[in-house]
Amino acid sequence: MKYADEFRDKTIAQGLARAIGTEADPQRAYRFMEFCGGHTHVIFRYGLEDLLPANVRLIHGPGCPVCVLPASRIDMAIRLAARPQVTLCVYGDLMRVPGSQGQSLLRARALGADIRMVYSTLDAIRIAEQALDQEVVFFAIGFETTTPATAVMIRLARKKRLKNLSVFCNHVLTPPAMQSILESPDIRALGRAEIDGIIGPAHVSAIIGTEPYGRLAKEFGEPIVIAGFEPLDVMQAILMLVRQVNGGRYEVENQYSRAVKREGNHRAMVAVSNVFELRDEFEWRGLGPIQDSALKLKRPYAKFDAEARFVMHELPVVDNPACECGAILRGVKSPVDCKLFGTVCTPETPIGSCMVSSEGACAAHWTYGRGRDYQLRRA
Amino acid sequence: MCLSVPAEVTELLPGDMAIVSIDGVSLEISIALIDDLAVGDYVLVHVGYALAKIDPAEAERTLELLRELGSVAQELRP
Ligand code: SF4
Repeated sequence: MKYADEFRDKTIAQGLARAIGTEADPQRAYRFMEFCGGHTHVIFRYGLEDLLPANVRLIHGPGCPVCVLPASRIDMAIRLAARPQVTLCVYGDLMRVPGSQGQSLLRARALGADIRMVYSTLDAIRIAEQALDQEVVFFAIGFETTTPATAVMIRLARKKRLKNLSVFCNHVLTPPAMQSILESPDIRALGRAEIDGIIGPAHVSAIIGTEPYGRLAKEFGEPIVIAGFEPLDVMQAILMLVRQVNGGRYEVENQYSRAVKREGNHRAMVAVSNVFELRDEFEWRGLGPIQDSALKLKRPYAKFDAEARFVMHELPVVDNPACECGAILRGVKSPVDCKLFGTVCTPETPIGSCMVSSEGACAAHWTYGRGRDYQLRRA
Repeated sequence: MCLSVPAEVTELLPGDMAIVSIDGVSLEISIALIDDLAVGDYVLVHVGYALAKIDPAEAERTLELLRELGSVAQELRP
């Protein structure tokens, strides 16, 4: 695959690893958080941690939309889908995410709810056009990368005068979540998982650009490198972070210049800001409520808001008390610290959301790293 | 869900749609979020939408830099 295979070259990766080893000061620790679950997945899949010197460590962050969605939002969707006139459209990743009491959309569908997996928001339009007597609701979820797709769908629905399509909106924003992590007391406390730099997700910046991180880098003295999703991209980003730390710099740098521009994708941002505005507060699994961290529909589009149309009530959050997803999402615990990891909780029988998506830290550990973890645990 | 993949635009369709090829597999996607796209361009595809155009010159520059970074280190530490 062009623009992918060239960035997976093993010899260059090893060369980059040597460069990191040469430049990293053995006297100090470098702890970098990759915010995005896509990076977590690449790091595990290619065993990048094994290439790094012992004092350069990666902390896996909360950037997986499935992992940060509170169980209560799944419960709300299940309740909605149980209405006979409702057809719920969801991205496939959501089907197995545990709600409360062992519920999931997959089980709800088995019990008769009309739940359809879609690849694109345009599929939801097609479904709505074909079933005009049904109320079609799109379960919108994701960071800045999926929001424009929802915005385009809503605009199209309005243009087509589709009256039976609405959105259960769960879109969240990357910079406020990053800020919440940098401010969280257990991150800042001495001796815990302090962060010396952040690897930022390139596809988010393909939309919003690199600018929104400028304030974070300055305010928290945190180097940030926006990186692509091939192994060489991640390795180069780590080297760039090491250099920033060594030079006492804390800037926003762009490793993925082949698709990320400083100013982002103007057209996509306009599409989003036409349709969405900030929600005052949104509950994140693991991170708690964060102000101005999510989106809702603007007033002219209020009739597309499923929460209003179906008077959906917020439900209380009930997470399995033994599940450590919260601490794992903040980077202060590792999946092996969880009693349920690999015993009760596996990708086939997920207890927490981090075990569901292949981008979740628990699922990535289980799939690619468990041998090493078990050895560590015994040692 | 969060995966985004590079794809080559093989055909432009009406209504802001296009056919792209991902590793030889054809897929119809929306290009509503991108300006001035031509057949032969590469885009980053995510949940059925092109999110950004890939700049071939920048990609080549990054590759050159990567090769350089990889080999300089080799000379430093034989
Ligand atoms: S292993 Fe399962 S229960 Fe434990 S933290 Fe991960 S998702 Fe939660």
